[in-house]
Amino acid sequence: MTQADARLSVLKTYKLYVGGKFPRSESGRVYEVTDAKGRWLANAPRASRKDARDAVVAARKAVAGWSGATAYNRGQVLYRVAEMLQGRREQYVAEVADAEGLSKARSAAQVDAAIDRWVWYAGWTDKVAQVVGGGNPVAGPYFNLSAPEPTGVVAVVAPQESALLGLVSVLAPVIATGNAAVVVAAEERPLPALTLAEVLATSDVPGGVVNVLSGRTAEIAPTLAAHQDVNAIDLTGADAELARELEVAAADNLKRVLRPEPPYDWTADPGTGRLTAFLETKTVWHPTGGLGVSGSAY
Amino acid sequence: MTAEHKLFAYAPAPESRSVVDIAPSYGLFVDGEFTDAADGRVFKSVAPATEEVLSEVARAGEADVERAVAAARRAFTSWSGLPGAERGKYLFRIARIIQERSRELAVLETLDNGKPIRETRDADLPLVAAHFFYYAGWADKLGHAGFGADPKPLGVAGQVIPWNFPLLMLAWKIAPALACGNTVVLKPAETTPLSALFFADICRQAGLPRGVVNILPGYGDAGAALVAHPDVDKVAFTGSTAVGKEIARSVAGTGKRLTLELGGKGANIVFDDAPVDQAVEGIVGGIFFNQGQVCCAGSRLLVQESVADEVLDALKRRLATLRLGDPLDKNTDIGAINSAEQLARITELADAGDAEGAQRWTAPCELPGSGYWFAPTLFTGVTQAHRVAREEIFGPVLSVLTFRTPAEAVAKANNTPYGLSAGVWTEKGSRILAVADRLRAGVVWANTFNKFDPTSPFGGYKESGFGREGGRHGLEAYLR
Amino acid sequence: MPRIPTAAAGPPASLADVTASDAALRRFLHGLPGVDPVGLEARAAALGTRSIKTTAKAYALDLAVSMIDLTTLEGSDTPGKVRALCAKARTPDPTDRTAPAVAAVCVYPDLAAVAAESLAGSGVKVASVATAFPSGRAAPEVKLADTRAALAAGADEIDMVIDRGAFLAGRYLEVYEQIRAVRQAAAGARLKVIFETGELSTYDNIRRASWLGMLAGADFIKTSTGKVGVNATPANTLVLLEAVRDYRAATGVQVGVKPAGGIRTAKDAVKFLVLVNETAGDDWLDNRWFRFGASSLLNDLLMQRQKLRTGRYSGPDYVTVD
Repeated sequence: MTQADARLSVLKTYKLYVGGKFPRSESGRVYEVTDAKGRWLANAPRASRKDARDAVVAARKAVAGWSGATAYNRGQVLYRVAEMLQGRREQYVAEVADAEGLSKARSAAQVDAAIDRWVWYAGWTDKVAQVVGGGNPVAGPYFNLSAPEPTGVVAVVAPQESALLGLVSVLAPVIATGNAAVVVAAEERPLPALTLAEVLATSDVPGGVVNVLSGRTAEIAPTLAAHQDVNAIDLTGADAELARELEVAAADNLKRVLRPEPPYDWTADPGTGRLTAFLETKTVWHPTGGLGVSGSAY
Repeated sequence: MTAEHKLFAYAPAPESRSVVDIAPSYGLFVDGEFTDAADGRVFKSVAPATEEVLSEVARAGEADVERAVAAARRAFTSWSGLPGAERGKYLFRIARIIQERSRELAVLETLDNGKPIRETRDADLPLVAAHFFYYAGWADKLGHAGFGADPKPLGVAGQVIPWNFPLLMLAWKIAPALACGNTVVLKPAETTPLSALFFADICRQAGLPRGVVNILPGYGDAGAALVAHPDVDKVAFTGSTAVGKEIARSVAGTGKRLTLELGGKGANIVFDDAPVDQAVEGIVGGIFFNQGQVCCAGSRLLVQESVADEVLDALKRRLATLRLGDPLDKNTDIGAINSAEQLARITELADAGDAEGAQRWTAPCELPGSGYWFAPTLFTGVTQAHRVAREEIFGPVLSVLTFRTPAEAVAKANNTPYGLSAGVWTEKGSRILAVADRLRAGVVWANTFNKFDPTSPFGGYKESGFGREGGRHGLEAYLR
Repeated sequence: MPRIPTAAAGPPASLADVTASDAALRRFLHGLPGVDPVGLEARAAALGTRSIKTTAKAYALDLAVSMIDLTTLEGSDTPGKVRALCAKARTPDPTDRTAPAVAAVCVYPDLAAVAAESLAGSGVKVASVATAFPSGRAAPEVKLADTRAALAAGADEIDMVIDRGAFLAGRYLEVYEQIRAVRQAAAGARLKVIFETGELSTYDNIRRASWLGMLAGADFIKTSTGKVGVNATPANTLVLLEAVRDYRAATGVQVGVKPAGGIRTAKDAVKFLVLVNETAGDDWLDNRWFRFGASSLLNDLLMQRQKLRTGRYSGPDYVTVD
């Protein structure tokens, strides 16, 4: 062993990401995260119900500004995320390889796909309204326009297997359209998600637009599903039993529920399904009168 | 002078009841046949304006739901396998027959529901026919609708509809479902089953294959059984938010697709630069159309404080001209409340308005001696804390609140768990757009109110439900 | 009959300031609530669906007859034509003496004397157009001379036109002063102020003109001359009715309304009466406060009366052609 090799590396303390800040869990709890072979990687914060509540408050605060930003601006910000991710590509390749037990090459493919997914959704921000909205030819003297609007605060139960590409695939479409997200990271593979928060924090994504919680999915998700100030929930990372429980809880304030059918193929063309799942359609009517009568017969 | 003028009290102008022939009894419509309920139960449908029994109708139970869903399932293969153009032609036929029979159906609906013939004739029936026409044309164009190149129907749709627009809600449910290739089992409300049963007859006249449409008159238990049936792929419900939540719980974890169109507490915002006369019409139409038994009713009037007195005076003057009475009279503006139960709910909430200190004003009109009636009423001095400002009354009761600034108006309008409709009245274009943009409501009527069209998506934000009915958007609920 | 404040005095004290200057008048008129055309027309159309039957119809038909300003305003008018019209005005239906007389006969100033002579003692008024009807394009002194001539010939009522050019150019005070001048020249006569709504074009303009006319002392505000493409419509008459209703609420002064031109059938006339009934109200259901400027309308009303009386449909051979 050379002297250089003997240098003790600096370990990272992983933290939650709430309201643009990196707090520890208010509970003070952590849990051990291991790699695919069971080797200790880090301690991750084990978010409590209270952390979940704080994240919802932060997300709600962020909704007005983020949904009110121009679609062009949101596209720029999402593209910036891709740029930042690209710059830290090697870190993610290592992290995803550890988390998912992949070879370096396969991990690199996942990271590249995740970067490209941000680019895909960055381009969508100012197009989705044209694709799903538009004028309606009503039978009367009225201008009638349907336009999509973000649902609001969306709880995202991130996929448990695909720690980065899966996460990006469910998170990016939620925020692309102007929602704010509270993400429950993959329970056993939370580190890429917590690291992604660092990317988001340095990518002009306003604080609170994305909030990342690590911990026990079955502990955090029900709090979010029952929270009356959460407007929607994505159940992707919940197993069938938990998903049903969450869906029942979500009914209390009629959350929009996305319950995709596993297995998930994150390499497939994502389509627009996730983009439109958390959009409301607002239809505005206004009379269109004539210009007025006119003319003289003299 | 005055006595002479009173001669222009309009003489009765009743629409002829004889244009509709109501049978003394009706069965369920299952697999193309009218049949009794398995357990032989029946219930009476009553004319709310007179309390006269119109007919005795078979009451569906669990066994009937079983039969109807099975019939719909059997019909699904061939119906969904038809070329879209052929399905469309059935719907076009239905639309045409509805137009042909619209006078009969308007009278029937007025009898069974209690709403004025003016509304069934000029609003309900034209919209019903238009809805079938609209979706008929989609049946062979689904690949162009933006839901993939070759979208597929879901299967059997279980649909539960309310009593406020019986035939129109049926159209909103059945037309898109059929256009997309689904088959349906529909439960009309227990107080208004008749027009759905006449629609069953129209399906027969149109030659619609058996089992494609099944109609199960009945109560909440039948609706619950339908929603819970494991062979139902899609649930569509219009009704109260409380029942909507029950349904959402009931289908949780089943993978059934769900759309809900629920309650509302719509704000009608009148700014000081509003076109006042049209705003008054919009306020009146917004809350007294269909006796206020409308989920998207503008039941909260938010009027800018600087013009509140002026608007209220104009509103009261206008309300004094409303004509309440025989729904079959062509000059009637305000008909009967749909049922004794609904009347009791309205009365209870209005009494709460009194108890909480709001000031009640009632339009001067005489209520008929029999039937279920509630005079047009408004409450002033209402605050956000009052029950009449928060709870859906679903009756001809308007709560009047004031605001000072556009921001306050929007904040108050959005301060409700509901989010179905809203109105904005101002002559300032940029304000319309700014306010419309910030209102959390699925339909915003600017300088108009309560307008509907088959091409225009309708549905709520928040606890007013999810999914859209109408327009291209309305197809999404019935395709995968 | 309650004593009704007269319009002739001009703006009441509460509104005296608004005519103090062109700027003040502009501010006032542009401060009136706007009119949404679609909503207005929808309301007018909805009232048009009222079903007026049996006793109500009989009442409405007679009321409509009694509200007609039976009109001939042609270059080809002659004393003979006017006399025939006056005979018809007194006794609209020679086969049925229960038919009421019309309100007035409306002619050009040069024939007002013929009308006055023919109508003497009948109670039917003589109305004369004036102020360079229909275009209003003449010098102010010519318009006043025109008015005085009509009055001298025996006119009880003056139907003046406003200067639409001045109105559309925004010279509201000029329009106001001209009406005031005619008002003074026609003291003692009832003054109807014609806006030519078809030329004002927008409902906002029609509302502003209505208030302008009332402030200047109009006894009646009137839609049209009958000489342009669009004359009285339910919607523009509704704007006038809203204006007189609001003006009385604001000032206590009641002003009449006269739709003119294009109302040809009994069915249409009844729809206008419904508009009156449900907008301005009972107090206007009287020929002192509401008139129809019409000619062929009368025969259709008479045929409908005959139908009501006999139960069979009448035909044009059973009413008089003048």
